[in-house]
Amino acid sequence: MRIAIASGKGGTGKTTVAVNLAQILAKHYENVVYADCDVEAANGHIFLKPEIRDRQSVTVAIPKINQNRCDGCGDCSKICHYSAIIVLKGKVLLYPELCHSCGGCQLVCKPRAITEVNREIGVLEEGRAGELTYIGGHLNIGEASAVPLIKRVKRAIGRNSISIIDSPPGTSCPMIEAVRDSDHVLLVTEPTPFGLNDLRLAVETVRTLKIPFSVIINRYDIGDKKVEEYCDEEGIPILLRIPFSRKIAEVYSHGDSLIENIPEQAQIYERLAGKLVSNMAVAG
Amino acid sequence: MKTITILSGKGGTGKTSIVSSFASLADKTVIADCDVDAADLHLVLNPTVKKTNPFSGAKVAEVVPDKCISCGLCEELCRFDAIKLSTGPLPVYEVDPIACEGCGVCEWFCPTQAIELKEMPSGEWYISDTEYGPLVHAKLGIAAENSGRLVTVVRNFANGIGVAKELDYLLIDGPPGTGCPVIASLTGVDFVLIVTEPTYSGLHDLERVIKLAAHFGIPARVCINKWDLNEEMSDKIEDFAKTSGTPVIGKVPFDSNITRAQIDRMPVVVFSDDGAATSIRALWTALIKEISNNSKPIPENV
Repeated sequence: MRIAIASGKGGTGKTTVAVNLAQILAKHYENVVYADCDVEAANGHIFLKPEIRDRQSVTVAIPKINQNRCDGCGDCSKICHYSAIIVLKGKVLLYPELCHSCGGCQLVCKPRAITEVNREIGVLEEGRAGELTYIGGHLNIGEASAVPLIKRVKRAIGRNSISIIDSPPGTSCPMIEAVRDSDHVLLVTEPTPFGLNDLRLAVETVRTLKIPFSVIINRYDIGDKKVEEYCDEEGIPILLRIPFSRKIAEVYSHGDSLIENIPEQAQIYERLAGKLVSNMAVAG
Repeated sequence: MKTITILSGKGGTGKTSIVSSFASLADKTVIADCDVDAADLHLVLNPTVKKTNPFSGAKVAEVVPDKCISCGLCEELCRFDAIKLSTGPLPVYEVDPIACEGCGVCEWFCPTQAIELKEMPSGEWYISDTEYGPLVHAKLGIAAENSGRLVTVVRNFANGIGVAKELDYLLIDGPPGTGCPVIASLTGVDFVLIVTEPTYSGLHDLERVIKLAAHFGIPARVCINKWDLNEEMSDKIEDFAKTSGTPVIGKVPFDSNITRAQIDRMPVVVFSDDGAATSIRALWTALIKEISNNSKPIPENV
């Protein structure tokens, strides 16, 4: 079972929901995994404080040119759709940060002047936080594409686990890579015009991906009723409404766990976990 | 013209509320909403769209079923697991348009030329007028790729308007994170303002964005939004920012008027006169002072 927590708009409370839900699930089930796929701004470790047991460098394959073998034919530059390899006056120029590692240049090179080497794009960490398995990725600064690292984080999730995917905000490639092949997506939003606008985009995206989803409204008492009205019209279930509270904001700001510090929060997440698990059981 | 990108790393720290207020405070400005996959600035600047432009960024492979001989070479060569044998009655290969990255390897090597790369409509971008100045903004297509290129289009066009109209500022509302759309929103800009919040997450992501700005050699300053929600953490952030050479130049208090202004569809400095609005005015004054100090030519003997 795989549940992704996504949002469209940033800062709506994805990580809060993901971390607390994962911790509650880990109290009841074995083999629960929290996977931080928000690799450009990963914060799950702040709250879970995992004991990291394994840290590995994550790399992508990029071409390496053997100029002695190269005959300057330019086929590599013709097949590359990303302008990562350009041939000027018979000399090959590489732009590794634009490379998508498709392997095309190596395949077309007749004199076999191209081999592949690894380039680091980030790190993958695995560890334990109590009963919970922690997996998280951190993209290196200046690195453009988060997608290969997100793929790597997801590959590290074991089979037969209950996994909670903490997705990046937005609706573009990193978010899509994070939520793809989930059984359910929880969209966390807030009751404001920005929250609603970005929720609509996220809903359209998740619908395109054909994944069942529901909504959580965070700080539901700070804004207007438009998000609720939209969910009603669209027949989208609202699984949880979390009120604004200075206490929550304070515990969060210190990087502490809500369910361990606020008893009512533990109850709220118990109910959320119960709803999710029973929904999934019904869906098969 | 001075170009300023407002970033945060962590989402939801208040970038857009602050940019919309800056737009109303700056005299001669053009605004670019570079958060193209969750654009919100138009919701408070109420633009009149003058021109809508199509954007086609990504290419996606498509199999022509009549020509496919089901040899399977495309599936074997595709590194994105985007090509699979169809489950339908005819054994032909199909492309998953979401997994496909448009690399064209399958098209190049298909022995029967049964694969074509097609440009996909990937969104729209708009040139608009607002009461505070021209706004260039965009909407990335649903599940479309290449947000970085769309950001570049928006940024370049806004820059062009600013130069042509001899404006003083280009204000860029950047996306969260540190990846390709963020890098695209930083290219060639003069100054970065990082909006953070007094939480561990805010501090962690601030650290990453400070490094990113330094990586591209762009001077940066910091603003703490909702600073009074955790004063101790705000102090910590101030110390950290100072040590990093990117000091805090403004602190905005938690103020429910920020949400109310958003619901009434206007910048908070237009909506109210005290609280957060006062601090954002002071922040703008401090920011333009920092920018002019930073643009002084370096004396030759230093």
